Amino acid sequence: MELKKYLLTGLAAATLLSTFQACKPKGAGEAVSGGAAEKAYVAPGKYDEFYNFVSGGFSGQLSVYGLPSGRLLRVIPVFSLDPEKGWGFSEETKPMLETSHGNVPWDDLHHVQLSKTDGEYDGKWVFVNANNTPRLARVDLTTFRTAEILELPNSGGNHSSPFITENTEYVVAGTRFSVPVDGESGDVPINTYKQNFRGTLSFVSVNKENGNMDLAFQIETPGVNYDLSRAGKGVSHGWFFFSTYNTEQANTLLEVNASKNDKDFVLAVNWKKAEEYLKAGKGKKVTGLKYAHNKYDEKSHTSKTEFKTETIVLNAEELEGLCYYIPCPKSPHGVDVDPSGEYIVGSGKLAALIPVFSFSKIQKAIEGKQFEGKFGGIPIIKYDAALYGEVEKPGLGPLHTEFDGKGNAITSFFVSSELVKWNIKDLKVLDRVPTYYSTGHLMIPGGDTKSPDGKYVVAYNKITKDRFLPTGPELSQSAQIFDISGDKMQLILDFPTIGEPHYAQAIRAEKVKDKSVKIFKIEENTNPYATKGEKDARVERKGNQVHVYLTSIRSHFAPDNIEGVQLGDEVYFHVTNIEQDWDMPHGFAVKGARNGELLIMPGETQTLKWVPDRIGVFPFYCTDFCSALHQEMQGYIRISKKGSNVPISYSVGTNLPKEGTN
Amino acid sequence: MKKLIVFCLMSLFMYACSSNNNEKKEERTYAEESAPAASDASTYDPHRGEGKFDKVEVGEKLDVSMANDGKVIADLKCASCHKMTDEKLVGPGWKGVSERRKPEWIMNFITNPDAMIDKDPELQAQLEICLVRMPNQNLTDDDARKIYEYMRQNDGVK
Repeated sequence: MELKKYLLTGLAAATLLSTFQACKPKGAGEAVSGGAAEKAYVAPGKYDEFYNFVSGGFSGQLSVYGLPSGRLLRVIPVFSLDPEKGWGFSEETKPMLETSHGNVPWDDLHHVQLSKTDGEYDGKWVFVNANNTPRLARVDLTTFRTAEILELPNSGGNHSSPFITENTEYVVAGTRFSVPVDGESGDVPINTYKQNFRGTLSFVSVNKENGNMDLAFQIETPGVNYDLSRAGKGVSHGWFFFSTYNTEQANTLLEVNASKNDKDFVLAVNWKKAEEYLKAGKGKKVTGLKYAHNKYDEKSHTSKTEFKTETIVLNAEELEGLCYYIPCPKSPHGVDVDPSGEYIVGSGKLAALIPVFSFSKIQKAIEGKQFEGKFGGIPIIKYDAALYGEVEKPGLGPLHTEFDGKGNAITSFFVSSELVKWNIKDLKVLDRVPTYYSTGHLMIPGGDTKSPDGKYVVAYNKITKDRFLPTGPELSQSAQIFDISGDKMQLILDFPTIGEPHYAQAIRAEKVKDKSVKIFKIEENTNPYATKGEKDARVERKGNQVHVYLTSIRSHFAPDNIEGVQLGDEVYFHVTNIEQDWDMPHGFAVKGARNGELLIMPGETQTLKWVPDRIGVFPFYCTDFCSALHQEMQGYIRISKKGSNVPISYSVGTNLPKEGTN
Repeated sequence: MKKLIVFCLMSLFMYACSSNNNEKKEERTYAEESAPAASDASTYDPHRGEGKFDKVEVGEKLDVSMANDGKVIADLKCASCHKMTDEKLVGPGWKGVSERRKPEWIMNFITNPDAMIDKDPELQAQLEICLVRMPNQNLTDDDARKIYEYMRQNDGVK
């Protein structure tokens, strides 16, 4: 007992001492405990400094966190169904998940790119990729919703994507898995990889005004695996760099067979040259394709799918000056371009050094034809002729590099589980910190722009283990924020993330927050099924389709008593939320619905298809707590037998209880 | 044990000192968007309400076209909850409202409901009856004026 008392007193004294220390000016090299909490703390009611858009990996969605607090602000459904928000369940959003394979309910979202103007984030859109069924998506940052999804033909696994050029001229999509081109000629033996499999790089143009994507052209290259890519910027604007692996061109047991070469390649693509070739008519028009282009319109609150059939292909082996290979050790993942555009960092995930290439040396090497042969008809620049230098013994398994804007780079290491800071000019290692555990991508706000915001670096880790309370066999993934404002990187916060975070980007809040849409103006709603005011609420029968035009406002539906619907009918609930106030969505759910709910934003119309499966009276209700009378926000729909003579009727507030007892 | 509590309290105090001195933190976070310039309850004018309308010009006679426009807007944005009679639906009926209330009060309330519900004693009494705060229906100044004219028409102004 006495001992315990001493211990407690001692502990209190220690607390006191440490708080006295907090009053002192802070040095740069504090331990994790010193001031870490303050650096990540954002007081209640205060806003974060950055929006952090983080890939949701195999959830198929895009998550949004605040930095430095690590608070989850939003999960934006993109490639996967989201019953919570009705995404892919409402009639209006179903077309967004349409592909040439039909409606695909899931994908694997890996990388995130904020749109850029002059090499800086402009806060308009976020582009993301689907790794399984190859697609690109654009998320609108006024609504934080997916506005467009484009499928990619001749591709198998869109991993090397959605990296963008410095003015968002193009979003690229390099195929991870090389495949034979689409169509019946693709019926070839798998072991004819070298002969028949092609590595397609898609260049998708982006309309400056509305962001609409269009497959501008594809570059056909020898079959390899494309991993990541980055656009040149500044001096290297006009070029694109893709990392490759499996230059062994293996089609089985890649774990062994694609790890034989000491060096794979970075593919340098001169996309300005590609534009010249296109103009000169050197592209080959390919027809007979099928790929989906889905667009969501925020005026009609409806999406549409258009199937496209053509593309233009440039052959990298035939068109001189379009592509060059640069040898890079070993199975490179990241290929990252520094803020000036001069230095290109390859991160060989099976290598124990980091090669840094020089854009000006690459140009000289091309001029002087310093080649060491060809691969599939494309010249290979001599390693030494392209190399600026190597970072020696940085760690094991470099994956990805971002830049702090102060002349330094920070590289993530998967195998040795650490972040390593090094100087771009002298290639000397300056600092290293352990990560928990095994970092994949890392991110500095603006870390791929011309002027990074070198205040934080976030590590997105692949393994969590003991960092959080155990939750059974699977744990949420984890991210870690480090303060990098001083010479030493300082861990300030761990936070859990959804799915598996791959790449992420962060933008200063002020570039986005004031443009955020708060309501959709009901007067501008052009949905053909919109109900503009309660007096237009109604039920219409069209054959066996029954269209219910509902309004919702705190806290009732109109109509809320519906009769005359029969078994065998398909019921479409078109719900218009006639609220015009921020953060006032209403939900809609009906018993037995075999899809999801609707979540309808103020001023919006959304439709739930419901096929009743039995006779009876079915309640429907608002799912999103809207007012003190939310629990009263309900209605009934009566289902009669087929051929019943109960007429269609509907009302709100007038179908009063019959008097009398049973 | 008492000593421990004293120590902890002192620690808390010292912590407060350290966070007050932390200027860096102030730079880092933004204040939430400042609410529209609001007077406190003591300066609240229960006749005018609170909002952008100080003096509304109202004609002797009804402006019929304005009232007709007002009906269209009200049908879309207001009629779900308000009847034109004196019957309460979600909110009170509109019969007689233009006689009970000054135009400034009505137009301020329908364009700035949240601030007024928080301050106006009569609105607070009304909230106890209705229990649903009147939604902000994002009316323009022009919308509000037209709706007021429609209310006048409903109250028999010719």
